[in-house]
Amino acid sequence: MDFDLTAEQLDVVSMCREFAESEIAPNAERWDAQSEFPLETIKKLGELGLLGLPFPEKYGGSGADTLTYALAVMEIGRCDASVGITMAAHVSLGAMPFYLFGSEEQKERFLVPLARGEKLWAFGLTEPQAGSDAGATKTRAELRDDRWTINGTKCFITNAGTPISGGVTITAVTGEGDGRRPEISNLIVPQATAGYVQAKPYKKMGWRASDTRELTFENAAVPEDHLLGPRGRGLKQFLDILDGGRISVGALSVGLAQACFDAAARYAKERHQFGQPISKFQAIKFSLVDMATELELARSAVLKAAWLKDNGRDFATAAAMAKLYSGELSRRCANAAVQIHGGYGFMDEYAVSRYWRDCKINEIGEGTNEIQRMVIARQLGL
Amino acid sequence: MKIVVTVKQVPDTNAEKVFDSTTNRLNRTSIENVLNPFDEYAIEEALKIKEGAGDGSTVTVLTMAPESGREVIRKALAMGADDAAILSDPAFQGSDAMATSYALAQALKHIGFDLILAGTQSTDAICCAIPAALAEHLGVSCLTYARKVTVAGGEVEIQRDIEGGYARVTAPLPAVVSVVKGINEPRYPSLKGIMGAKKKSIEVLSAAAVGAEAGRVGDAGSFTRVQGWAAAPAREKGRVIKAADPGEGAKAIVDFLIAKKVI
Ligand SMILES: Cc1cc2nc3c(=O)[nH]c(=O)nc-3n(C[C@H](O)[C@H](O)[C@H](O)COP(=O)(O)OP(=O)(O)OC[C@H]3O[C@@H](n4cnc5c(N)ncnc54)[C@H](O)[C@@H]3O)c2cc1C
Repeated sequence: MDFDLTAEQLDVVSMCREFAESEIAPNAERWDAQSEFPLETIKKLGELGLLGLPFPEKYGGSGADTLTYALAVMEIGRCDASVGITMAAHVSLGAMPFYLFGSEEQKERFLVPLARGEKLWAFGLTEPQAGSDAGATKTRAELRDDRWTINGTKCFITNAGTPISGGVTITAVTGEGDGRRPEISNLIVPQATAGYVQAKPYKKMGWRASDTRELTFENAAVPEDHLLGPRGRGLKQFLDILDGGRISVGALSVGLAQACFDAAARYAKERHQFGQPISKFQAIKFSLVDMATELELARSAVLKAAWLKDNGRDFATAAAMAKLYSGELSRRCANAAVQIHGGYGFMDEYAVSRYWRDCKINEIGEGTNEIQRMVIARQLGL
Repeated sequence: MKIVVTVKQVPDTNAEKVFDSTTNRLNRTSIENVLNPFDEYAIEEALKIKEGAGDGSTVTVLTMAPESGREVIRKALAMGADDAAILSDPAFQGSDAMATSYALAQALKHIGFDLILAGTQSTDAICCAIPAALAEHLGVSCLTYARKVTVAGGEVEIQRDIEGGYARVTAPLPAVVSVVKGINEPRYPSLKGIMGAKKKSIEVLSAAAVGAEAGRVGDAGSFTRVQGWAAAPAREKGRVIKAADPGEGAKAIVDFLIAKKVI
């Protein structure tokens, strides 16, 4: 087993760390407080090649592997979970379907500008009545006169309405199917499509500097060639995408948990009570030790899942385990970090209060904890 | 035009430094090494000059370092430098600024140059001597503390930072130019740059390869000796001036600053 990172991976980590610490961290509190989407910073991520990180150069990407991608998401997410999810949702949910299922022509047309970071793309699976039960999609698309006419609503869609959003790829019912289950396909819906209605951004507890909106399609018509992958494969394709997406949410969770540990360890050494730094109290020390230990495990789990994917192995179970464990860990770490800060941790001026709000979504997005457990149980033959 | 940037690997500025009490040298193994932050400005300036010229100019990075110096070289290559050379030889160990400048000058003669760019200083030794010493060894002009650099018609022109303004200085190429912090905003290496860096050539040069004489490098070639070292004294406790009347308080502060010759 080789746990050493390659020279390139180490260099990507230092670049991301340097960039995140100087360009993202100092602004994170303000972006969060004002729910401001950091457009200029996202564009810079694009210029650095981070928005096309795992795609081949011929499609405008940077040609790095999933492991490097996970490391990059950890570093960016450590400084700002909102920027982290903007990048992660764009790469592994927005752009990845084009790479995995797109025709050569669709890759040229849609993937290249996304990989170059010129546009962001969204992934529209969730609906008001179809959350964990993603197959219950109500959005319908009918093929009439060489065009798909789409009607329906998608909710909680990340990157759906930023100034550089190019559009969304959705699941929609395109036929009766086998009578038991409807036929579901993936359709590419550019933002400029007439009938593509984006709502105002949601007001959120965390990830406040990321863009999340409801999208409604009112007779939105796209050309027939906007079908992505074979007709009827839409749900399967999206579930495959979510397998990979779990690696990035796992990485995001590890980044956040690391931020919690760093802040708590620093504070514990500075804060004096009863005549000594609180880090000298065994209760505080053990809390920090538990965080550090579990972080080590979570990071290993995420990187292992990424490694399996890079090596063409079956990674779905590993990714679900990594996502489940890291997501729950980020919540435990955020909770402990606030606890170690005492009353100060409850104040907006302390970053841990933001971490506490940001961590919860890691247990919900891209499959709730319960859904991860169901996925893992199925893999275990239970 | 061939632009060469001399760079140095230095211990991470934030790291706690420990000296070896037998050699009086900094213990470099335990700390992370980084590219001297001042050199990033020189690299950025070189890349800007190259990109501005758009005439096939190249940027080469040169460092004198143990093999571990590759790490900082990789960063320069990832930022966009075309190739690199590392002067690496046990014979160079213990070189002071003079011995180092001699070795670097030998290497520069070996690889060739039209313009040499350097940072004003390194964050570890802070001698600020290398640019001038290099120019002396090479017999070329030296323009220091540049806050702006323009190259045209075989000439380099700089704005030299001086108190309260700048001096305009020109010299024919080849020349050595040192640039100040803040002359530009060094770019981050892009993903493409990082992935592409491994394909770029890094030439490893020994003392013999550049014709450096044994007596002029390392301990033997050094003009200075570190006699001893001590930790910086802990900063004194600040003084709090308590005054009932703000005017009196302000006066006490001003008197204090005058006594310290701050104002
Ligand atoms: C900020 C944010 C960004 C998002 N971004 C996107 C995006 O870009 N694209 C997208 O498509 N979606 C996105 N989502 C949606 C997200 O994936 C869903 O919220 C999530 O899958 C859960 O669906 P739901 O909210 O409808 O909850 P529900 O499915 O209604 O779940 C409610 C509760 O019931 C539990 N539950 C449901 N079914 C079972 C079961 N069978 N057994 C046990 N427990 C069960 C759940 O675990 C949960 O605890 C985003 C959500 C948020 C909050």
